[in-house]
Amino acid sequence: MLIALLADIHANREALTACLADAENAKVDRYVFLGDLVGYGADPDWVIDRVAAMVEAGAVVVRGNHDAAVANPSEGMVAEAQVAINWTRSRLDDRQKMFLANLPLTVEEADRLFVHASACAPHTWIYIFGAREAEQSLMATNRRLTFCGHTHSPALFHATAMTPAQRHLPAEGKPTPLLAQRRWLAVLGSVGQPRDKNPAACYGLLDDVRNRLTYLRVPYDADLAARKIRAAGLPEILAARLTLGI
Amino acid sequence: MAKAQLTVGMTIDGFQLEERLHRGGMADIWRVRRNDVDFPIIMKVPLLDFEGDISLLVGFEVEQMIMAEVRGPHVPRWVANGDFAVQPYIVMEYIGGPTLLKRYFDRVAPVSEVITIGIAVAAALADLHDQHVLHLDLKPANILFRPTGEAVLIDFGLSRHEQLPDLLEEQFHRPTGTPDYMAPEQLFRVRSEKRSDIYAFGAILYQLTTGHLPFGRPARMRKVRRRVWRDPVPPRNLRPETPPALQEIILRCLEPVPDARYSSATDLLFDLRHPDLVELTERGLRTQQSDWRTVIGRRLRVPIMIRNILASATKPPPRPPIILTVVDLRPDLEELRQALLETAASVLANAPGARLACVNVMPTALIGIDENVDAAGENIHVQRLAELRSWAQPLQLPRGKVSYHLLESRNVAAAILDFSRSNHVHHIVIGAPMLGSYAGKVVAQVSAEAPCGVTVVRSTGDSGHAGKPD
Repeated sequence: MLIALLADIHANREALTACLADAENAKVDRYVFLGDLVGYGADPDWVIDRVAAMVEAGAVVVRGNHDAAVANPSEGMVAEAQVAINWTRSRLDDRQKMFLANLPLTVEEADRLFVHASACAPHTWIYIFGAREAEQSLMATNRRLTFCGHTHSPALFHATAMTPAQRHLPAEGKPTPLLAQRRWLAVLGSVGQPRDKNPAACYGLLDDVRNRLTYLRVPYDADLAARKIRAAGLPEILAARLTLGI
Repeated sequence: MAKAQLTVGMTIDGFQLEERLHRGGMADIWRVRRNDVDFPIIMKVPLLDFEGDISLLVGFEVEQMIMAEVRGPHVPRWVANGDFAVQPYIVMEYIGGPTLLKRYFDRVAPVSEVITIGIAVAAALADLHDQHVLHLDLKPANILFRPTGEAVLIDFGLSRHEQLPDLLEEQFHRPTGTPDYMAPEQLFRVRSEKRSDIYAFGAILYQLTTGHLPFGRPARMRKVRRRVWRDPVPPRNLRPETPPALQEIILRCLEPVPDARYSSATDLLFDLRHPDLVELTERGLRTQQSDWRTVIGRRLRVPIMIRNILASATKPPPRPPIILTVVDLRPDLEELRQALLETAASVLANAPGARLACVNVMPTALIGIDENVDAAGENIHVQRLAELRSWAQPLQLPRGKVSYHLLESRNVAAAILDFSRSNHVHHIVIGAPMLGSYAGKVVAQVSAEAPCGVTVVRSTGDSGHAGKPD
């Protein structure tokens, strides 16, 4: 089975559309959304409706900190994120807010765990940037594979029972074997707001038969997404960073 | 992870064990058979109780991962990996011996053989590097040959795939690799430098040429470090008939700073294929090691040297490309040759460090078969080479940046394509005299099948009637 892993869409309709089209081309069987459907971008309502429809059809979705912040204004955030969340809240109807409020923090199936940030206290939204945080997250689950997002920078960590987690920067488009004798933590890049100096949308494909994970980059109309952010009156930085990938 | 004793006749995942071919310190090699595999195969089974030595577990894991990735004639064809939780193994194509180690154990090879072996091994290395794999433990015991002559590299337990996680990166506190052939940067645990393999290659060629290892067989790590500041005894000292070009190639591979070595196995391969074009420096001619003053100076600068090695090893090497120009020497094409020259000049201007290979193809029919053949053939050769040189002369390229080649073939396009592939040419510049002509067909085939970019040149004077021969 081929599973598409999409993290940090952040209300970016153009990026999500491009990734879903790419995934469909690849004949994906299943979709997993790793949180932060909204925040930053100009199309929160469209993105929620699209994901909700896919969840109806069997897709998996977990809650991100921006999704949680819509219902819970006390979630701590940087200023421009806060502005965007307040704007997002005003754009959503009750059904859409309810959808976000009911998202699970984690989903487990087979040897996999899906979570937005660290598996260690998922509701505290710890960023997994380094091997130390990865180690902490791997210790908090007994699943062999963890898939998460939150950092907006792709990374792949691997560890054995006897060796600590090591970080690997995944090469675009190169299927990486998730060797059975190791445990793996994959931080998918961001669909809707990549921050690794590559503006192309990032998502992952997991082939659970051949046991391989591929990180993919999909160019999309970032200018259009940026224009919509400006038109909505959201902070300029949220528009500008999309075309730069920062 | 205790495994049952393996015995003849046992079947593992459908592979029937037929005979134990080899019992090594780390792995057994079994000849095996499975009905759906129609070539001879072996099964490599690690011996060790893995709980004992984690590094061997990881090494086998690395080898399983890399073997499943690599392709082509220079590696054994991979068939299957065994699950670690049940019985770890790798099943792969059987490549007959002997290894380079066994072939030349305790004896030196004739110079011509050193070059032939060098070409085969460098071609294998270039292929491996093209597939993003660094061997990192290249040595005679890990080199086999197919009956057709291609070198086959084996034993990928210390290797690295540039695009896949490096399972060994933080595994060891001591350096990995075989000290005899190990590049200085590997002493400092650099595992991302392709030119480390070029260093090991140089050590192998040194050994084949002289019968000695360039830095002996150091017993302790301190002694291994000598290679940072001490130059090896020049091969010409140990074996005076060593051609300077061969010594130049070997010693350039053995430079302690990666930037001073060949930038790629492809470049190394080019020099081995064309030793007459090797740019000779003092390195190729010397017969003595550096004098004691120089050595003392270098010893004092060891910390700086190490810094240079590491700085060089962590940045990507420059990649001087090879530009191929196909020069048609027929008398009525002066204008086209001029246009070709101008295009070659502008392509070179945009490719810093590039090397120009000027090629002329002679249809074999030209070299007749009567008794004057040899003399006439020779004359044609000399004449054409002179014309090629004179064509390229206005470019004012220094020696080492330009080479001249006469190819003989009935099939002009195939000869050009073969040359481009085997020399990893980056760009072809070719003149098209007229459409519809035989030369036009050659150009069409070269552009269609070239392994690289092709620029087709027409002379301006030609263009008016180029399309009208039919």
